[in-house]
Amino acid sequence: MTHIEILRAGVLTTCQDAGRPGWGHLAVPPSGAADRPSWRLANQLAGNPTGACALETTLNGCTVKAHRNVTVVVGGAPCPVTVDGRPEAWGQPVKLKAGSVLDAGPAEVGVRSYLAFSGGLHPKSSLGSHSTCLLSGLGPAPLKDGDTIPLGPSPAHPPLPTQWPAPWAGVSEEIVMKLHLGPRLEWFRPEAVAELARGVWTVSEHSNRIGLRLDGPALRRMDSGELPSEGIVAGALQVPPNGQPILFGADHPTTGGYPVIGVVGAEAQAAAAQARPGTKIRFAPIPLPHWSKRA
Amino acid sequence: MSTIPTDRLRPLPAGPRGILIDCGTTAVARACYRSLQSRRMSGLLEAADLVPGATTVLVDGIDEPELLAAELPGWPLTDEPDAAGEAVEIPVCYDGPDLESVAEQWGVRPEEVADIHSGIEYEAAFCGFSPGFAYLEGLPEQYQVPRRESPRTTVPAGSVAIAGPYTGVYPRTSPGGWQLIATMTNPGRLWNEHREPAALLVPGTKVRFAAVRV
Repeated sequence: MTHIEILRAGVLTTCQDAGRPGWGHLAVPPSGAADRPSWRLANQLAGNPTGACALETTLNGCTVKAHRNVTVVVGGAPCPVTVDGRPEAWGQPVKLKAGSVLDAGPAEVGVRSYLAFSGGLHPKSSLGSHSTCLLSGLGPAPLKDGDTIPLGPSPAHPPLPTQWPAPWAGVSEEIVMKLHLGPRLEWFRPEAVAELARGVWTVSEHSNRIGLRLDGPALRRMDSGELPSEGIVAGALQVPPNGQPILFGADHPTTGGYPVIGVVGAEAQAAAAQARPGTKIRFAPIPLPHWSKRA
Repeated sequence: MSTIPTDRLRPLPAGPRGILIDCGTTAVARACYRSLQSRRMSGLLEAADLVPGATTVLVDGIDEPELLAAELPGWPLTDEPDAAGEAVEIPVCYDGPDLESVAEQWGVRPEEVADIHSGIEYEAAFCGFSPGFAYLEGLPEQYQVPRRESPRTTVPAGSVAIAGPYTGVYPRTSPGGWQLIATMTNPGRLWNEHREPAALLVPGTKVRFAAVRV
Protein backbone atom coordinates (compact mmCIF):
# COMPACT_ATOMS: atom_id res chain seq x y z
CA MET A 1 0.00 0.00 0.00
CA THR A 2 1.74 3.17 1.31
CA HIS A 3 1.49 6.39 -0.60
CA ILE A 4 2.84 9.11 -2.82
CA GLU A 5 3.72 12.57 -1.58
CA ILE A 6 3.13 15.77 -3.51
CA LEU A 7 6.32 17.86 -3.35
CA ARG A 8 5.11 20.45 -5.87
CA ALA A 9 1.43 20.67 -6.69
CA GLY A 10 1.87 23.17 -9.53
CA VAL A 11 -0.91 25.53 -10.64
CA LEU A 12 -3.63 22.91 -10.12
CA THR A 13 -3.20 19.19 -9.65
CA THR A 14 -6.25 17.10 -8.82
CA CYS A 15 -7.15 13.46 -8.35
CA GLN A 16 -9.34 12.20 -11.20
CA ASP A 17 -11.05 8.95 -12.07
CA ALA A 18 -14.20 8.29 -14.11
CA GLY A 19 -16.10 10.81 -11.98
CA ARG A 20 -19.57 10.50 -10.54
CA PRO A 21 -22.03 10.42 -13.44
CA GLY A 22 -25.69 9.74 -12.74
CA TRP A 23 -26.26 12.22 -9.90
CA GLY A 24 -27.17 15.22 -12.02
CA HIS A 25 -30.68 15.16 -10.55
CA LEU A 26 -29.11 15.99 -7.17
CA ALA A 27 -27.06 18.84 -8.69
CA VAL A 28 -23.85 16.78 -8.63
CA PRO A 29 -21.59 17.50 -11.64
CA PRO A 30 -20.15 14.42 -13.39
CA SER A 31 -16.53 15.49 -12.91
CA GLY A 32 -13.76 12.97 -13.67
CA ALA A 33 -10.69 13.23 -15.90
CA ALA A 34 -11.13 16.12 -18.34
CA ASP A 35 -9.21 14.40 -21.17
CA ARG A 36 -10.72 10.92 -20.89
CA PRO A 37 -8.75 9.17 -23.66
CA SER A 38 -5.39 10.33 -22.24
CA TRP A 39 -6.36 9.37 -18.68
CA ARG A 40 -7.58 5.97 -19.88
CA LEU A 41 -4.42 5.29 -21.90
CA ALA A 42 -2.12 6.33 -19.03
CA ASN A 43 -3.92 3.84 -16.76
CA GLN A 44 -3.75 1.08 -19.37
CA LEU A 45 -0.02 1.59 -19.79
CA ALA A 46 0.44 1.51 -16.01
CA GLY A 47 -1.34 -1.85 -15.91
CA ASN A 48 -4.30 -0.41 -14.02
CA PRO A 49 -7.89 -1.49 -14.32
CA THR A 50 -10.22 0.87 -16.18
CA GLY A 51 -11.34 3.68 -13.96
CA ALA A 52 -8.30 3.95 -11.69
CA CYS A 53 -7.64 7.33 -10.10
CA ALA A 54 -4.69 9.31 -11.48
CA LEU A 55 -3.27 12.80 -11.07
CA GLU A 56 -4.37 15.49 -13.51
CA THR A 57 -2.01 18.47 -13.75
CA THR A 58 -2.60 21.91 -15.23
CA LEU A 59 -0.01 23.62 -17.45
CA ASN A 60 3.06 23.33 -15.23
CA GLY A 61 3.00 19.74 -14.03
CA CYS A 62 3.84 18.53 -10.56
CA THR A 63 6.53 16.77 -8.53
CA VAL A 64 5.82 13.57 -6.67
CA LYS A 65 7.83 11.40 -4.27
CA ALA A 66 7.12 7.66 -4.24
CA HIS A 67 7.03 5.99 -0.83
CA ARG A 68 7.11 2.50 -2.32
CA ASN A 69 8.23 0.95 -5.58
CA VAL A 70 5.65 1.86 -8.17
CA THR A 71 5.28 2.09 -11.93
CA VAL A 72 4.12 5.44 -13.24
CA VAL A 73 3.08 6.65 -16.68
CA VAL A 74 3.06 10.37 -17.48
CA GLY A 75 0.76 10.99 -20.42
CA GLY A 76 -1.76 13.47 -21.76
CA ALA A 77 -0.10 16.84 -22.42
CA PRO A 78 3.52 16.08 -23.42
CA CYS A 79 6.06 17.35 -20.86
CA PRO A 80 9.63 16.69 -19.75
CA VAL A 81 9.83 13.86 -17.21
CA THR A 82 12.69 13.36 -14.77
CA VAL A 83 13.33 10.88 -11.97
CA ASP A 84 15.79 12.10 -9.36
CA GLY A 85 16.92 14.66 -11.91
CA ARG A 86 17.58 12.20 -14.77
CA PRO A 87 15.47 12.43 -17.93
CA GLU A 88 12.92 9.67 -18.31
CA ALA A 89 10.39 8.69 -20.95
CA TRP A 90 7.09 10.51 -21.36
CA GLY A 91 4.10 8.37 -22.30
CA GLN A 92 5.69 5.09 -21.21
CA PRO A 93 5.86 3.06 -18.00
CA VAL A 94 8.66 4.30 -15.72
CA LYS A 95 9.68 2.34 -12.62
CA LEU A 96 10.06 4.42 -9.49
CA LYS A 97 11.93 3.12 -6.44
CA ALA A 98 10.70 3.98 -2.98
CA GLY A 99 12.17 7.39 -2.14
CA SER A 100 12.56 8.50 -5.77
CA VAL A 101 11.23 11.84 -6.93
CA LEU A 102 9.44 12.16 -10.26
CA ASP A 103 8.97 15.55 -11.86
CA ALA A 104 6.44 16.13 -14.62
CA GLY A 105 7.48 19.48 -16.05
CA PRO A 106 5.52 22.21 -17.84
CA ALA A 107 3.30 21.01 -20.67
CA GLU A 108 5.05 21.59 -24.02
CA VAL A 109 1.68 21.69 -25.71
CA GLY A 110 -1.78 21.18 -24.29
CA VAL A 111 -2.82 21.75 -20.69
CA ARG A 112 -3.31 18.56 -18.69
CA SER A 113 -0.83 15.76 -18.11
CA TYR A 114 -1.91 12.55 -16.38
CA LEU A 115 0.20 10.62 -13.90
CA ALA A 116 -1.09 7.07 -13.55
CA PHE A 117 0.48 4.97 -10.77
CA SER A 118 0.29 1.18 -10.74
CA GLY A 119 -2.34 0.22 -8.19
CA GLY A 120 -4.10 3.57 -8.67
CA LEU A 121 -4.56 6.37 -6.14
CA HIS A 122 -7.01 6.08 -3.27
CA PRO A 123 -7.78 9.52 -1.85
CA LYS A 124 -11.09 10.13 -0.07
CA SER A 125 -14.05 9.21 -2.18
CA SER A 126 -17.40 10.86 -2.49
CA LEU A 127 -20.45 9.23 -4.12
CA GLY A 128 -18.21 6.44 -5.34
CA SER A 129 -15.58 8.63 -7.01
CA HIS A 130 -12.14 9.97 -6.01
CA SER A 131 -12.49 12.90 -8.41
CA THR A 132 -12.03 16.48 -7.30
CA CYS A 133 -14.91 18.66 -8.47
CA LEU A 134 -14.06 22.35 -8.68
CA LEU A 135 -17.69 23.45 -8.94
CA SER A 136 -19.31 21.47 -6.13
CA GLY A 137 -16.32 20.93 -3.83
CA LEU A 138 -17.04 17.18 -3.76
CA GLY A 139 -14.12 14.76 -3.62
CA PRO A 140 -10.61 15.51 -2.37
CA ALA A 141 -9.54 19.15 -2.34
CA PRO A 142 -7.10 20.29 -5.05
CA LEU A 143 -3.65 19.05 -4.00
CA LYS A 144 -1.20 21.17 -2.00
CA ASP A 145 2.52 20.75 -1.49
CA GLY A 146 3.09 18.13 1.19
CA ASP A 147 -0.18 16.22 0.65
CA THR A 148 0.03 12.44 0.67
CA ILE A 149 -2.26 10.10 -1.26
CA PRO A 150 -2.61 6.36 -0.52
CA LEU A 151 -1.71 3.95 -3.32
CA GLY A 152 -3.82 0.89 -4.04
CA PRO A 153 -2.26 -2.57 -3.92
CA SER A 154 0.09 -2.98 -6.86
CA PRO A 155 -0.56 -6.00 -9.07
CA ALA A 156 2.23 -8.56 -8.56
CA HIS A 157 2.75 -8.81 -12.31
CA PRO A 158 1.31 -5.67 -13.81
CA PRO A 159 -0.15 -6.64 -17.19
CA LEU A 160 1.83 -4.05 -19.10
CA PRO A 161 0.84 -3.86 -22.74
CA THR A 162 3.41 -5.09 -25.21
CA GLN A 163 2.25 -2.62 -27.83
CA TRP A 164 0.48 0.71 -27.77
CA PRO A 165 -3.24 0.27 -27.19
CA ALA A 166 -3.77 3.54 -29.09
CA PRO A 167 -1.60 6.51 -29.96
CA TRP A 168 -1.60 9.59 -27.74
CA ALA A 169 -3.88 12.16 -29.25
CA GLY A 170 -2.11 15.17 -30.68
CA VAL A 171 -2.76 18.69 -29.48
CA SER A 172 -3.31 21.39 -32.06
CA GLU A 173 -3.40 25.15 -32.05
CA GLU A 174 -6.67 25.22 -33.91
CA ILE A 175 -9.42 22.76 -33.13
CA VAL A 176 -12.46 22.07 -35.29
CA MET A 177 -15.29 20.63 -33.23
CA LYS A 178 -18.36 18.88 -34.55
CA LEU A 179 -21.26 20.67 -32.93
CA HIS A 180 -24.58 18.85 -32.65
CA LEU A 181 -27.10 21.67 -32.90
CA GLY A 182 -29.79 22.01 -30.26
CA PRO A 183 -31.48 21.84 -27.83
CA ARG A 184 -32.14 25.62 -27.97
CA LEU A 185 -31.13 26.58 -31.48
CA GLU A 186 -34.51 28.25 -31.99
CA TRP A 187 -33.61 30.84 -29.35
CA PHE A 188 -31.07 32.28 -31.78
CA ARG A 189 -31.36 34.29 -34.95
CA PRO A 190 -31.64 32.22 -38.12
CA GLU A 191 -28.16 33.26 -39.19
CA ALA A 192 -26.66 31.72 -36.05
CA VAL A 193 -25.84 28.41 -37.78
CA ALA A 194 -23.92 30.20 -40.52
CA GLU A 195 -22.15 32.30 -37.89
CA LEU A 196 -21.20 29.17 -35.99
CA ALA A 197 -19.77 27.59 -39.14
CA ARG A 198 -17.86 30.75 -40.13
CA GLY A 199 -16.65 32.10 -36.81
CA VAL A 200 -13.38 31.55 -35.02
CA TRP A 201 -13.32 31.71 -31.22
CA THR A 202 -10.34 32.00 -28.91
CA VAL A 203 -10.08 30.15 -25.62
CA SER A 204 -10.06 32.75 -22.86
CA GLU A 205 -7.78 32.71 -19.84
CA HIS A 206 -10.88 32.41 -17.67
CA SER A 207 -11.26 28.75 -18.55
CA ASN A 208 -11.07 25.75 -16.25
CA ARG A 209 -12.49 22.27 -15.66
CA ILE A 210 -15.97 23.79 -15.44
CA GLY A 211 -15.80 25.20 -18.92
CA LEU A 212 -13.91 27.03 -21.65
CA ARG A 213 -14.90 30.63 -22.08
CA LEU A 214 -14.68 31.53 -25.76
CA ASP A 215 -14.00 35.00 -27.10
CA GLY A 216 -15.16 35.74 -30.61
CA PRO A 217 -18.23 36.68 -32.61
CA ALA A 218 -21.24 37.15 -30.32
CA LEU A 219 -24.07 34.68 -30.91
CA ARG A 220 -27.21 36.77 -30.82
CA ARG A 221 -30.52 35.59 -29.51
CA MET A 222 -33.94 36.26 -30.99
CA ASP A 223 -35.16 37.89 -27.79
CA SER A 224 -34.04 38.37 -24.23
CA GLY A 225 -36.66 36.11 -22.68
CA GLU A 226 -35.74 34.07 -19.63
CA LEU A 227 -35.21 30.35 -20.02
CA PRO A 228 -36.45 28.34 -17.05
CA SER A 229 -33.55 26.34 -15.55
CA GLU A 230 -32.96 23.10 -17.43
CA GLY A 231 -30.53 20.19 -17.41
CA ILE A 232 -27.14 20.59 -19.08
CA VAL A 233 -24.92 17.88 -20.58
CA ALA A 234 -21.10 17.83 -20.73
CA GLY A 235 -19.94 19.41 -23.97
CA ALA A 236 -22.86 21.87 -24.05
CA LEU A 237 -22.16 25.23 -25.72
CA GLN A 238 -24.14 27.67 -23.60
CA VAL A 239 -24.67 31.27 -24.63
CA PRO A 240 -25.05 33.87 -21.86
CA PRO A 241 -26.65 37.24 -22.64
CA ASN A 242 -23.35 38.78 -23.81
CA GLY A 243 -23.26 36.25 -26.67
CA GLN A 244 -19.81 34.88 -25.78
CA PRO A 245 -20.25 31.10 -25.53
CA ILE A 246 -19.09 28.78 -22.76
CA LEU A 247 -18.17 25.20 -23.63
CA PHE A 248 -18.93 23.11 -20.56
CA GLY A 249 -16.42 20.55 -19.31
CA ALA A 250 -16.32 17.78 -16.70
CA ASP A 251 -17.22 19.95 -13.68
CA HIS A 252 -20.15 21.68 -15.43
CA PRO A 253 -23.24 22.86 -13.55
CA THR A 254 -26.09 20.37 -13.85
CA THR A 255 -28.75 22.96 -14.66
CA GLY A 256 -28.65 26.41 -16.17
CA GLY A 257 -30.87 29.22 -17.36
CA TYR A 258 -29.09 30.29 -20.55
CA PRO A 259 -29.83 28.59 -23.87
CA VAL A 260 -27.54 25.84 -25.17
CA ILE A 261 -27.09 26.26 -28.92
CA GLY A 262 -25.27 22.97 -29.50
CA VAL A 263 -23.32 20.14 -27.89
CA VAL A 264 -19.92 18.66 -28.77
CA GLY A 265 -19.23 14.95 -28.38
CA ALA A 266 -16.64 13.05 -26.34
CA GLU A 267 -13.76 13.53 -28.78
CA ALA A 268 -14.15 17.30 -28.88
CA GLN A 269 -14.55 17.42 -25.10
CA ALA A 270 -11.15 15.72 -24.77
CA ALA A 271 -9.62 18.18 -27.23
CA ALA A 272 -11.19 21.06 -25.30
CA ALA A 273 -9.52 19.78 -22.11
CA GLN A 274 -6.13 20.29 -23.79
CA ALA A 275 -6.95 23.70 -25.31
CA ARG A 276 -4.79 26.42 -23.81
CA PRO A 277 -5.87 30.02 -23.56
CA GLY A 278 -5.31 31.46 -27.03
CA THR A 279 -6.23 28.25 -28.86
CA LYS A 280 -8.50 28.87 -31.85
CA ILE A 281 -11.77 26.95 -31.94
CA ARG A 282 -14.01 26.47 -34.95
CA PHE A 283 -17.26 24.60 -35.11
CA ALA A 284 -18.65 22.29 -37.76
CA PRO A 285 -22.41 22.38 -37.09
CA ILE A 286 -24.27 19.09 -37.49
CA PRO A 287 -27.88 19.73 -38.52
CA LEU A 288 -30.75 18.96 -36.17
CA PRO A 289 -31.85 15.33 -36.34
CA HIS A 290 -35.04 14.75 -38.34
CA TRP A 291 -37.05 13.87 -35.23
CA SER A 292 -36.54 17.25 -33.64
CA LYS A 293 -37.91 19.29 -36.54
CA ARG A 294 -41.19 20.97 -35.78
CA ALA A 295 -44.07 20.87 -38.15
CA MET B 1 -55.79 11.85 -11.52
CA SER B 2 -55.93 13.24 -15.01
CA THR B 3 -54.37 12.20 -18.27
CA ILE B 4 -51.91 14.54 -19.91
CA PRO B 5 -51.77 14.65 -23.69
CA THR B 6 -48.24 13.64 -24.61
CA ASP B 7 -48.22 15.68 -27.80
CA ARG B 8 -47.24 18.49 -25.45
CA LEU B 9 -43.86 16.85 -25.01
CA ARG B 10 -41.21 18.21 -27.36
CA PRO B 11 -38.05 16.13 -27.62
CA LEU B 12 -35.04 18.36 -28.30
CA PRO B 13 -31.58 17.02 -29.15
CA ALA B 14 -29.02 17.45 -26.35
CA GLY B 15 -25.89 16.13 -27.98
CA PRO B 16 -25.29 12.72 -29.52
CA ARG B 17 -26.43 10.88 -26.38
CA GLY B 18 -29.10 13.07 -24.85
CA ILE B 19 -32.64 14.35 -25.22
CA LEU B 20 -34.08 17.37 -23.50
CA ILE B 21 -37.82 16.91 -23.22
CA ASP B 22 -39.54 20.27 -23.19
CA CYS B 23 -42.77 19.75 -21.26
CA GLY B 24 -44.11 23.29 -21.43
CA THR B 25 -45.22 23.45 -17.81
CA THR B 26 -43.97 22.40 -14.40
CA ALA B 27 -46.87 20.00 -13.87
CA VAL B 28 -46.24 18.15 -17.14
CA ALA B 29 -42.49 18.06 -16.41
CA ARG B 30 -43.23 16.48 -13.04
CA ALA B 31 -45.45 13.82 -14.61
CA CYS B 32 -42.89 13.20 -17.36
CA TYR B 33 -40.07 12.82 -14.82
CA ARG B 34 -42.09 10.31 -12.81
CA SER B 35 -42.96 8.36 -15.91
CA LEU B 36 -39.32 8.27 -17.05
CA GLN B 37 -38.22 7.17 -13.59
CA SER B 38 -40.65 4.28 -13.51
CA ARG B 39 -39.74 3.21 -17.05
CA ARG B 40 -36.10 3.28 -16.04
CA MET B 41 -36.77 1.25 -12.89
CA SER B 42 -38.69 -1.38 -14.85
CA GLY B 43 -35.89 -1.67 -17.39
CA LEU B 44 -37.75 -0.05 -20.29
CA LEU B 45 -35.30 2.84 -20.44
CA GLU B 46 -31.54 2.79 -20.09
CA ALA B 47 -30.13 6.20 -19.28
CA ALA B 48 -27.12 7.44 -17.31
CA ASP B 49 -29.18 10.18 -15.68
CA LEU B 50 -32.58 11.84 -15.62
CA VAL B 51 -32.31 15.50 -14.72
CA PRO B 52 -35.55 17.39 -14.17
CA GLY B 53 -35.60 21.13 -14.76
CA ALA B 54 -38.30 23.76 -14.22
CA THR B 55 -40.34 22.69 -17.26
CA THR B 56 -38.08 20.03 -18.82
CA VAL B 57 -36.54 16.64 -18.22
CA LEU B 58 -33.07 15.84 -19.54
CA VAL B 59 -32.45 12.22 -20.44
CA ASP B 60 -28.67 11.87 -20.59
CA GLY B 61 -26.47 8.98 -21.62
CA ILE B 62 -28.78 7.05 -23.95
CA ASP B 63 -27.58 5.01 -26.91
CA GLU B 64 -30.29 5.84 -29.41
CA PRO B 65 -31.98 9.17 -28.73
CA GLU B 66 -34.07 8.89 -31.89
CA LEU B 67 -35.84 5.78 -30.54
CA LEU B 68 -36.88 7.54 -27.34
CA ALA B 69 -37.94 10.59 -29.34
CA ALA B 70 -40.15 8.40 -31.50
CA GLU B 71 -41.69 6.67 -28.49
CA LEU B 72 -42.58 9.81 -26.57
CA PRO B 73 -45.85 10.78 -28.27
CA GLY B 74 -47.43 7.42 -27.47
CA TRP B 75 -46.77 7.49 -23.75
CA PRO B 76 -49.55 7.41 -21.24
CA LEU B 77 -48.76 10.26 -18.88
CA THR B 78 -50.86 10.81 -15.82
CA ASP B 79 -50.63 13.55 -13.28
CA GLU B 80 -51.09 11.22 -10.37
CA PRO B 81 -50.49 12.42 -6.88
CA ASP B 82 -47.25 11.13 -5.40
CA ALA B 83 -47.85 7.87 -3.52
CA ALA B 84 -45.01 8.55 -1.09
CA GLY B 85 -46.82 11.68 0.01
CA GLU B 86 -45.38 12.10 3.51
CA ALA B 87 -43.80 15.55 3.69
CA VAL B 88 -40.29 16.09 5.05
CA GLU B 89 -40.48 18.57 7.92
CA ILE B 90 -37.75 21.18 8.14
CA PRO B 91 -37.55 23.08 11.45
CA VAL B 92 -36.52 26.67 10.79
CA CYS B 93 -36.17 29.90 12.68
CA TYR B 94 -37.71 32.84 10.77
CA ASP B 95 -34.85 35.24 11.43
CA GLY B 96 -33.39 35.90 7.97
CA PRO B 97 -31.79 39.27 7.15
CA ASP B 98 -34.37 39.93 4.39
CA LEU B 99 -37.38 39.02 6.54
CA GLU B 100 -38.53 42.62 7.03
CA SER B 101 -38.08 43.52 3.41
CA VAL B 102 -40.01 40.42 2.33
CA ALA B 103 -42.78 41.24 4.84
CA GLU B 104 -43.00 44.70 3.32
CA GLN B 105 -43.24 43.27 -0.20
CA TRP B 106 -45.92 40.85 0.95
CA GLY B 107 -47.77 43.64 2.74
CA VAL B 108 -47.75 41.82 6.08
CA ARG B 109 -46.07 42.21 9.46
CA PRO B 110 -42.66 40.40 9.78
CA GLU B 111 -44.08 37.91 12.30
CA GLU B 112 -46.75 36.90 9.77
CA VAL B 113 -44.15 35.75 7.22
CA ALA B 114 -43.47 32.64 9.31
CA ASP B 115 -47.16 31.68 9.42
CA ILE B 116 -47.63 32.16 5.70
CA HIS B 117 -44.40 30.50 4.58
CA SER B 118 -44.72 27.54 6.97
CA GLY B 119 -48.39 27.09 6.12
CA ILE B 120 -47.63 25.96 2.58
CA GLU B 121 -46.72 22.47 1.40
CA TYR B 122 -43.87 22.58 -1.10
CA GLU B 123 -42.50 20.05 -3.55
CA ALA B 124 -38.90 19.72 -4.72
CA ALA B 125 -39.24 20.35 -8.46
CA PHE B 126 -35.58 19.94 -9.36
CA CYS B 127 -32.07 20.35 -7.97
CA GLY B 128 -29.34 22.69 -9.17
CA PHE B 129 -26.74 25.24 -8.12
CA SER B 130 -25.07 23.10 -5.44
CA PRO B 131 -25.35 19.40 -4.45
CA GLY B 132 -28.56 18.98 -2.48
CA PHE B 133 -30.00 22.41 -3.32
CA ALA B 134 -33.63 21.85 -4.30
CA TYR B 135 -35.93 24.31 -6.03
CA LEU B 136 -39.09 23.99 -3.92
CA GLU B 137 -42.27 25.09 -5.59
CA GLY B 138 -45.56 25.93 -3.99
CA LEU B 139 -45.31 29.63 -3.15
CA PRO B 140 -48.51 31.32 -4.39
CA GLU B 141 -48.00 34.06 -6.94
CA GLN B 142 -48.84 36.90 -4.56
CA TYR B 143 -45.85 35.95 -2.39
CA GLN B 144 -43.29 35.73 -5.18
CA VAL B 145 -40.45 38.24 -4.87
CA PRO B 146 -37.52 38.94 -7.20
CA ARG B 147 -33.90 38.08 -6.46
CA ARG B 148 -31.87 40.67 -4.61
CA GLU B 149 -30.41 43.35 -6.87
CA SER B 150 -26.90 42.40 -5.85
CA PRO B 151 -26.19 38.85 -4.72
CA ARG B 152 -24.50 38.25 -1.37
CA THR B 153 -20.97 36.88 -1.63
CA THR B 154 -21.63 34.63 1.37
CA VAL B 155 -24.88 33.00 2.39
CA PRO B 156 -24.53 30.74 5.44
CA ALA B 157 -25.43 27.05 5.17
CA GLY B 158 -29.02 26.45 6.25
CA SER B 159 -30.32 29.81 5.02
CA VAL B 160 -33.90 29.52 3.78
CA ALA B 161 -34.46 31.80 0.82
CA ILE B 162 -37.13 32.73 -1.70
CA ALA B 163 -36.97 34.06 -5.25
CA GLY B 164 -39.60 33.94 -7.98
CA PRO B 165 -41.78 30.84 -7.60
CA TYR B 166 -39.18 29.01 -5.50
CA THR B 167 -38.05 28.45 -1.95
CA GLY B 168 -34.61 26.94 -1.32
CA VAL B 169 -32.33 26.00 1.54
CA TYR B 170 -28.58 26.44 1.04
CA PRO B 171 -26.85 23.12 1.88
CA ARG B 172 -23.48 24.80 2.27
CA THR B 173 -22.11 28.29 2.60
CA SER B 174 -21.99 29.85 -0.85
CA PRO B 175 -22.73 33.04 -2.73
CA GLY B 176 -26.45 33.63 -3.27
CA GLY B 177 -28.90 36.14 -4.67
CA TRP B 178 -32.17 35.00 -3.12
CA GLN B 179 -33.97 36.77 -0.26
CA LEU B 180 -33.15 35.17 3.10
CA ILE B 181 -36.11 34.76 5.42
CA ALA B 182 -35.19 31.94 7.81
CA THR B 183 -32.49 29.55 9.04
CA MET B 184 -32.70 25.78 9.17
CA THR B 185 -31.72 24.58 12.63
CA ASN B 186 -29.84 21.52 11.35
CA PRO B 187 -28.56 22.14 7.80
CA GLY B 188 -26.30 19.07 7.97
CA ARG B 189 -29.40 17.01 7.15
CA LEU B 190 -29.60 18.46 3.64
CA TRP B 191 -26.55 16.67 2.28
CA ASN B 192 -24.98 13.51 3.68
CA GLU B 193 -22.76 11.49 1.36
CA HIS B 194 -23.08 8.44 3.61
CA ARG B 195 -26.85 8.38 3.21
CA GLU B 196 -28.72 7.05 0.20
CA PRO B 197 -29.76 9.30 -1.38
CA ALA B 198 -27.22 11.88 -0.25
CA ALA B 199 -29.71 14.73 -0.74
CA LEU B 200 -32.61 15.10 1.71
CA LEU B 201 -34.72 16.94 -0.86
CA VAL B 202 -34.66 14.85 -4.03
CA PRO B 203 -36.96 15.89 -6.88
CA GLY B 204 -40.53 14.98 -6.00
CA THR B 205 -40.08 15.28 -2.22
CA LYS B 206 -42.87 17.10 -0.37
CA VAL B 207 -41.61 19.65 2.15
CA ARG B 208 -43.05 21.59 5.06
CA PHE B 209 -41.28 24.20 7.12
CA ALA B 210 -41.96 24.23 10.86
CA ALA B 211 -41.37 27.52 12.66
CA VAL B 212 -39.19 27.18 15.73
CA ARG B 213 -39.43 30.06 18.20
CA VAL B 214 -36.20 31.02 19.91
